[in-house]
Amino acid sequence: MSINLLRLFGGRNATAPVARERLQILLAHERGLLGQPDLLVTLREEILAVVSRHIQLDPDKVTVKLDRGKTVSTLEVDIEVPNGFETVVRGGRRAAG
Amino acid sequence: MAKVLVVTSGKGGVGKTTSTAALGAALAQRGESVAVVDFDVGLRNLDLVMGAERRVVFDLINVVQGVAKLQQALIRDKRVENLWLLPASQTRDKDALTDEGVGRVIADLRTRFDWVLCDSPAGIERGATLAMRYADEAVIVTNPEVSSVRDSDRIIGMLDSKTVKAEKGERITKHVLITRYDPVRAAKGEMLGIDDILEILAIPLLGIIPESQDVLRASNVGSPVTLNDAASAPARAYFDAARRLTGEQIAMLVPTERRGFMNRLLGRRAA
Repeated sequence: MSINLLRLFGGRNATAPVARERLQILLAHERGLLGQPDLLVTLREEILAVVSRHIQLDPDKVTVKLDRGKTVSTLEVDIEVPNGFETVVRGGRRAAG
Repeated sequence: MAKVLVVTSGKGGVGKTTSTAALGAALAQRGESVAVVDFDVGLRNLDLVMGAERRVVFDLINVVQGVAKLQQALIRDKRVENLWLLPASQTRDKDALTDEGVGRVIADLRTRFDWVLCDSPAGIERGATLAMRYADEAVIVTNPEVSSVRDSDRIIGMLDSKTVKAEKGERITKHVLITRYDPVRAAKGEMLGIDDILEILAIPLLGIIPESQDVLRASNVGSPVTLNDAASAPARAYFDAARRLTGEQIAMLVPTERRGFMNRLLGRRAA
């Protein structure tokens, strides 16, 4: 109904279907996240904690990107590791020895 | 020298978020580096109007609380490369914002951008006062309607008393942006006229944005109206307003009732 009205008055390609789809995707995610508001923050911190057990990290060189899709979302964690990096484990042993 | 601008109104639904997105994009399209910051904690919408809602990872609260770095929370626009968004949190409330924390974030943004546009939440409470707190200039978005003008007047009073600039005895620069202006209804006397509004509020006019379907169409697809259809009447009015913000003197185009609605939509491309 609303789409028909838009076509009637708008003439140009209607944008309401785009709005509808964007909202559906967004709200599906937001409703799912209720109760665990900072899932992404938690994920990032835990991923970084695991990685920093092995590699010394510069927090400024970590980027986290997200793209929410209709069926799948991608969480992209990009950690810059300098060439010839010292691992935490090896460094610790050297210091001890 | 960076300028921090708050887009505010008191009343809700007058077009703050639309105007923040459109002015921010218009400035960026002119080559300025711009950050638009959503202060509407708990009810964020600037991400949606900018079309970045799927890409929000961190937000203003995370940065204020030190959970994320500013550069990790800023989202770069996919269409204009010198336009960035700092989204609000959808899950927290406004109490998570601290005066000192906001001050730190704004100071950091000042070092990175030419313009920082703060999209204020409606109302006169914490979120709105923090959005204006560190501003150098204010754009007061007003509809030609009594309750909107009254609320704008209230906000002007707060800008003159509750901002850091005001507390230092300096004057915050204020502009009124009239949105949803319908020349046909104004001509019939059904709507407050431009002169009425300016006389009551007594601050300079930044622009007049005509009521237009183009605004809704742009928000449907998640694009600031100046990017979605740069030739449309509202987009051209926003471009002019952005140029006035940068100090240019441009004649004010008052939308007139002489042309029909379709003519205004389709015609007047010459300029």
